[in-house]
Amino acid sequence: MFESLQDKLQGVFEQLNRRGRLSEADVKLALREVRMALLEADVNFKVVKEFVGRIRERAIGIELSKNITPGQQVVKIVHEELLETLGDSAPLDLGGKSPHVIMLVGLQGSGKTTTAAKLALHLRKSKHSPLLVAADTRRPAAIEQLKVLGRQLDIPVYSEDSSVPPPDICANAIKVAKAGANNIVILDTAGRLQIDEALMDELVQIKQRTSPKEVLLVADSMTGQEAVRVAEGFDEKVDLTGLILTKIDGDARGGAAISIRSVTGVPIKFLGTGEKLNEIEVFHPDRLASRILGMGDVLTLIERAEEVIDEEVAERSAKKLLEGNFNLEDFLEQLQQIKKLGPLNKVIDMLPGMGDITKTISTDDMEDRLKRTQAIINSMTLTERRNPKILNSSRKKRVAKGSGTTVQEINQLISQFRQMQKMMKKLRNPRARQNLMNMFGGFR
Amino acid sequence: MFGFNRNKIKEGLTRTRNSVFGQITTLMGGGDIDDEMWEDLEALLIQADVGAETSMELIETVRERVQREGIYRAVDAQRVLKEEMQNLLDGYAPSKIDEHRLVTVILVVGVNGSGKTTTIAKLANYYQKQGRRVILGAGDTFRAAAIDQLKIWGERVGSTVIAHQENADPGAVVFDSLKSALARKADMVIIDTAGRLHTKFNLMKEVEKLKSIARKQVHGAPHETLLVLDGTTGQNALSQAKHFKKAVEITGVVVTKLDGTAKGGVVLAIGKTLEVPVRFIGVGEGVDDLIPFDSKAFVDGLFEEV
Ligand SMILES: Nc1nc2c(ncn2[C@@H]2O[C@H](COP(=O)(O)OP(=O)(O)OP(=O)(O)O)[C@@H](O)[C@H]2O)c(=O)[nH]1
Ligand SMILES: Nc1nc2c(ncn2[C@@H]2O[C@H](COP(=O)(O)OP(=O)(O)OP(=O)(O)O)[C@@H](O)[C@H]2O)c(=O)[nH]1
Ligand SMILES: [Mg+2]
Ligand SMILES: [Mg+2]
Repeated sequence: MFESLQDKLQGVFEQLNRRGRLSEADVKLALREVRMALLEADVNFKVVKEFVGRIRERAIGIELSKNITPGQQVVKIVHEELLETLGDSAPLDLGGKSPHVIMLVGLQGSGKTTTAAKLALHLRKSKHSPLLVAADTRRPAAIEQLKVLGRQLDIPVYSEDSSVPPPDICANAIKVAKAGANNIVILDTAGRLQIDEALMDELVQIKQRTSPKEVLLVADSMTGQEAVRVAEGFDEKVDLTGLILTKIDGDARGGAAISIRSVTGVPIKFLGTGEKLNEIEVFHPDRLASRILGMGDVLTLIERAEEVIDEEVAERSAKKLLEGNFNLEDFLEQLQQIKKLGPLNKVIDMLPGMGDITKTISTDDMEDRLKRTQAIINSMTLTERRNPKILNSSRKKRVAKGSGTTVQEINQLISQFRQMQKMMKKLRNPRARQNLMNMFGGFR
Repeated sequence: MFGFNRNKIKEGLTRTRNSVFGQITTLMGGGDIDDEMWEDLEALLIQADVGAETSMELIETVRERVQREGIYRAVDAQRVLKEEMQNLLDGYAPSKIDEHRLVTVILVVGVNGSGKTTTIAKLANYYQKQGRRVILGAGDTFRAAAIDQLKIWGERVGSTVIAHQENADPGAVVFDSLKSALARKADMVIIDTAGRLHTKFNLMKEVEKLKSIARKQVHGAPHETLLVLDGTTGQNALSQAKHFKKAVEITGVVVTKLDGTAKGGVVLAIGKTLEVPVRFIGVGEGVDDLIPFDSKAFVDGLFEEV
């Protein structure tokens, strides 16, 4: 979707000599790209302005280094500032007297009801006993929606008739929780606009009647420039204690998180990562920062990889790779490992700078090509896989026939494979290897 | 267009006018053009979610025209900007909904929570008031109580709702909805679908399947595939429109929740890059809070003095 900031900065700094210090003029060009990247990521205009000012101060006069490109240097600063702004993850405050009340608020359709159920499940996993409260009497079937979710999880839901005012329902729910030994009460309130006086007053009343420990704003990660005003509006009325960002499983860059953090200062506590009730994650600032910069979700990918990839196989092929002994059989093994990571489009979404690829070729095509490549290698004899040089035209014809592909495709594969081998040989040079490591490890 | 209510659109956009675009008006009302005006203008457009790129291009175009046409007064620059903004929204084929046929089928798609189900209730209300007999298909069999939600709306607006059990095959719901529309001689079927993020390959495939089921049953169906976008959404709306257009050939867009402080400026970027027209806007949670989109009224409304 978007070109990554790093790619763009690479372009800006292409002409730059790698010695001396970053001048004000160099920085100015780079900051233009930073500004555009943040705006594209939906960070609020005014927040961007202030943010870019901070980067400017840090970047001008910075000493250039041989190991890392100026572009990487600026991205590193941006990344650090983003981390600073996003802040660390904070646990739910469950101190003091039980029952602890958690109140969820937000605009219409942001994900409050689903998140209420997710939180309940999350807390039950750590041995709490939650009670869900249906405090949305306005939206058609909102009460029923929460009841269904409660049934699915086998977690109790407190509800009353939709004619009862929500502050009364919530107050009654607390009594029920006390009597029934529920130590956590989660209030699912109706979606509302922050400018709707009457409904905002209703929230104030609910808060007064239930003294929640946590008042969490549930915000859609796709929110645009208005995130600032929405967050301010809710914060002003009910003093938010935290933020939950939902629908992060899409391709939204999530700049709204920066905006909301900047104006409210409250910590981001959780991310909603899907429609299913276990799809909630404790917030990680580094992941979100990378995402906002379009650097992909490398950490998630690495974690996935650790889960599914056979370490022995990976180690063996890495060793071979570095020794330059990598053959088509290893290649096949690797393809099989990659497939384990999940559908290709998902994997690619997580890779930095790969957004561009999906712009030009569809991941379906890639999936298809992956399959064909596998078929080709599968149709080769073991000797051919280990030594593709022996593939003469009659062998190629046989392989093409066996795999249902063409000789041309086989030639393509072999030439790609040769290039890869060449690149790997280069990597045996320690300097080049260090460069590669810098590229991937530069942001830790 | 249709029974288009100008006051309603004004009312819905009042808040918008009071904020960013209102400022643009003040900004451009008096005096001569200067550099600061252009800068402020760009800032205001970006803050209206028009997007940095589209905003810059718009301003560039207006600057060029101002130069070429020898315009020096700010008010005239405003006229040019309005024209250019409208240009991005205009020139598309009219909706096929109003063509004459036995049964018109509308498929409603979009990401989670954008306002699909509510918009369907509003559409049913809107077309029934024009004397059409509307049947609703409860194609979201996935989300908790989505079926109940549509049933309640159906009752309120007086439309029959065809529904299966939770977790039933949505394809079967589409099939039954169309079958019953033909049997009951209804003139319109509006099909609700589960919210889905545009990046989810299998879910997008599912919509394709729904379309082909509809097509097999009713010639040319679905006659309109509407993408419902949350007006609060920023630049991601472009990605949504792009993916939904590619996968299921959406023919129009509905932008909801414009009764809030959000500006819906993303509409311009979508018009410009994807050439998908906006058909309606949503300005509230009630069944009457739907306005047929009219680019002139929309842009005028945004610029009007309060
Ligand atoms: N993909 C995805 N969908 C989500 C996530 N969280 C919620 N949803 C979906 O978003 C839609 C709206 O969620 P709800 O929980 O009903 O939102 P709400 O804020 O309670 O809505 P109102 O009560 O109408 O204001 C539903 O389709 C949910 O399944 C998430 O993290 N990822
Ligand atoms: N203020 C306002 N709220 C709206 C508008 N349209 C819909 N809503 C609200 O947005 C929330 C979500 O609406 P739904 O119609 O359930 O959205 P959906 O797209 O069907 O959601 P899923 O089926 O869960 O994906 C509800 O609380 C609606 O009342 C609008 O134009 N203005
Ligand atoms: Mg809800
Ligand atoms: Mg729905």
